[in-house]
Amino acid sequence: MVDIRVENLRKSFDQFTAVQGSNFRIPDGTFFAMLGPSGCGKTTTLRMIAGLELPTEGRILLDGEDVTFHRAAARDIAFVFQLFALYPHMNVAQNIGFPLKCASMSRREIRERVAETARLLRIEHLLSSRTSKLSGGDRQRVALGRAIVRRPKAFLMDEPLGALDAEFRHLMCSELRDLHDRINATTIYVTHDQIEAMSMADTIAIMNRGRIEQIGSPQEIYDRPASLFVADFIGSPPMNFLKFDAGLKSGDQAIDFHATRIAVPEIHEARATGPLVLGVRPEHIGFAEDAPVRGRVFGAEYLGTTQIVTVDTPYGRVAARLPSHLKVAIGEAVGLNFRCERLALFDAVSGAAIRTASFGATAHD
Amino acid sequence: MSAIAKSNAHSIVEASPRAKAIAGTIVILYAVISILPLLWIVATAFKSQSDAIAYPPKVFFQPTLEGYVNLFTMRTRQTPDFIAKLPPPTTWYDKLVRQHDMVIAGPSKVVPRFINSLIIGFGSTFLAVFLGTLAAYAFSRFRIPLADDLLFFILSTRMMPPVAVAIPIYLMYRQLNLTDTRLGMILLYTAVNVSLAVWLLKGFIDEIPREYEEAALVDGYTRLQALRKVVLPQAVTGIAATAIFCLIFSWNEYAFAVLLTSGEAQTMPPFIPFIIGEGGQDWPAVAAATTLFVMPIVLFTVLLRKHLLRGITFGAVRK
Repeated sequence: MVDIRVENLRKSFDQFTAVQGSNFRIPDGTFFAMLGPSGCGKTTTLRMIAGLELPTEGRILLDGEDVTFHRAAARDIAFVFQLFALYPHMNVAQNIGFPLKCASMSRREIRERVAETARLLRIEHLLSSRTSKLSGGDRQRVALGRAIVRRPKAFLMDEPLGALDAEFRHLMCSELRDLHDRINATTIYVTHDQIEAMSMADTIAIMNRGRIEQIGSPQEIYDRPASLFVADFIGSPPMNFLKFDAGLKSGDQAIDFHATRIAVPEIHEARATGPLVLGVRPEHIGFAEDAPVRGRVFGAEYLGTTQIVTVDTPYGRVAARLPSHLKVAIGEAVGLNFRCERLALFDAVSGAAIRTASFGATAHD
Repeated sequence: MSAIAKSNAHSIVEASPRAKAIAGTIVILYAVISILPLLWIVATAFKSQSDAIAYPPKVFFQPTLEGYVNLFTMRTRQTPDFIAKLPPPTTWYDKLVRQHDMVIAGPSKVVPRFINSLIIGFGSTFLAVFLGTLAAYAFSRFRIPLADDLLFFILSTRMMPPVAVAIPIYLMYRQLNLTDTRLGMILLYTAVNVSLAVWLLKGFIDEIPREYEEAALVDGYTRLQALRKVVLPQAVTGIAATAIFCLIFSWNEYAFAVLLTSGEAQTMPPFIPFIIGEGGQDWPAVAAATTLFVMPIVLFTVLLRKHLLRGITFGAVRK
């Protein structure tokens, strides 16, 4: 039950800057995911919010109170670690009750709270087991139990599903979201797995090399990536990038793409001639005989309801997601038709998205 | 495992019967070679003076408790007439002594020496492990300026035999009035052991994931509480192994004990070789003292052996 604000947060280790000036606000009750490749600074940011790491610069505010230099214990935040960090010398009940023991609660009260938490997580039958005997999913539930038993202001989770196998991960994803909705505490969830972030979060922050590239809802992130990095990182297979050189005028409805013209959403930004990138999601590509962009089929991956067809074009290899009933022969010459209202344009040098009718959002707002 | 799998002789996980037999023989042979001198000492403690120095050595002999009685008592030789005039002996050991025309004059110094050994050995072990744990934790968890240099410096105190600094320490102790005091010996052995303790324990604590403490810190504990409730219970194996190594050193230490103690604080090692009987070394008494002397270490090791075994192989396998 807390509103978290991070202002100009920076963290340097000797030569290396892990986080370079992050700014964001997480409203009360939000499920906030920080997503990025390993080493992008997401875990460091989380550890600073938890108080396990001191920032080099910047401020952290919980409900408006500056806690930047408060001890971790004084912040009333729970942290769930990737490797669970269950104490091996205690059983499940002792593990869950451990945070309460510190608050000098009576034994009866602790027992009641532990039982209540176990009921919530459906692990009542495990209370007297040793933690080393548990399966990965159950360990994760115990770790969650230890976090929620104290009823903290916020939950911070550092890749909590990273150590689980794929099957469990899927199950825990929905359980986590369900738990969040029931206790309705602010949650920050760090992951490098886009599916986890997309499926659970209300808001996602994409981080790269210590910088936040974009903050938005999963739909915004997917449909209106603010930069080439975000467009490339989200989606599988990722967005296709086609390079070209052209100038742009505000109000244009089409671009000069090499020798042809391609319709795009109305451009809201004027540009001198320079290197640009046309971004097309695989699912926004269709085959058409009279299409201006042509190529030869390189391969096809059958995925059940759809197939991913890769096509070699003069501008690079393009992946298209097509219905699987479509017959495709390798080596066949095809024309590629783009859904014009879903195309994205990027500056090839800065990587930033160019403002158009559908990509109005700019980074960091 | 099925019979077929077993008969498929060449397994990479299970040794062949012949290899097992060879390994077993080597281990047994080694055990016999190591234990034989100890058994000889234990046996000698039950021999009479003449059996102990008999040549060729006697394997079978009439056991007697003379060695133990001599160890614990001081005796004076008397004329047979004098002994005849005494009231009859009240205890079995009085009787045993009188057979040799002697009477017990009082207790020997073995008990106070043994107590010294216990206090100094366990005291210095406790201190070394206590200080070592704190230092190792700090080295393992905090960014300490020049940590590597400090660790090397700590280790360098072990690079020469401690006796090499015997003379400076003797002079220092004389100035500080620490010669022949238990405190002095405890401090000395602690100083020698603490470097070993820091290095051993740092390895163990490095192996304990930080997340455990961090979880405790986030959950409202102070660092000291986290250390006590989360780190130490998991380091218990390492602490036990370290304690045994420290205890063995301070328990057996001889050179400093000879140099710095003579009365008050004398430990067993310098005491045992000077158990003199009539006409020279009283071998059965020496053997009896040695037997008693090794007991506490054996007991300590047996009690902690579960930890010791795990401790020695700790960290070899990534979990």
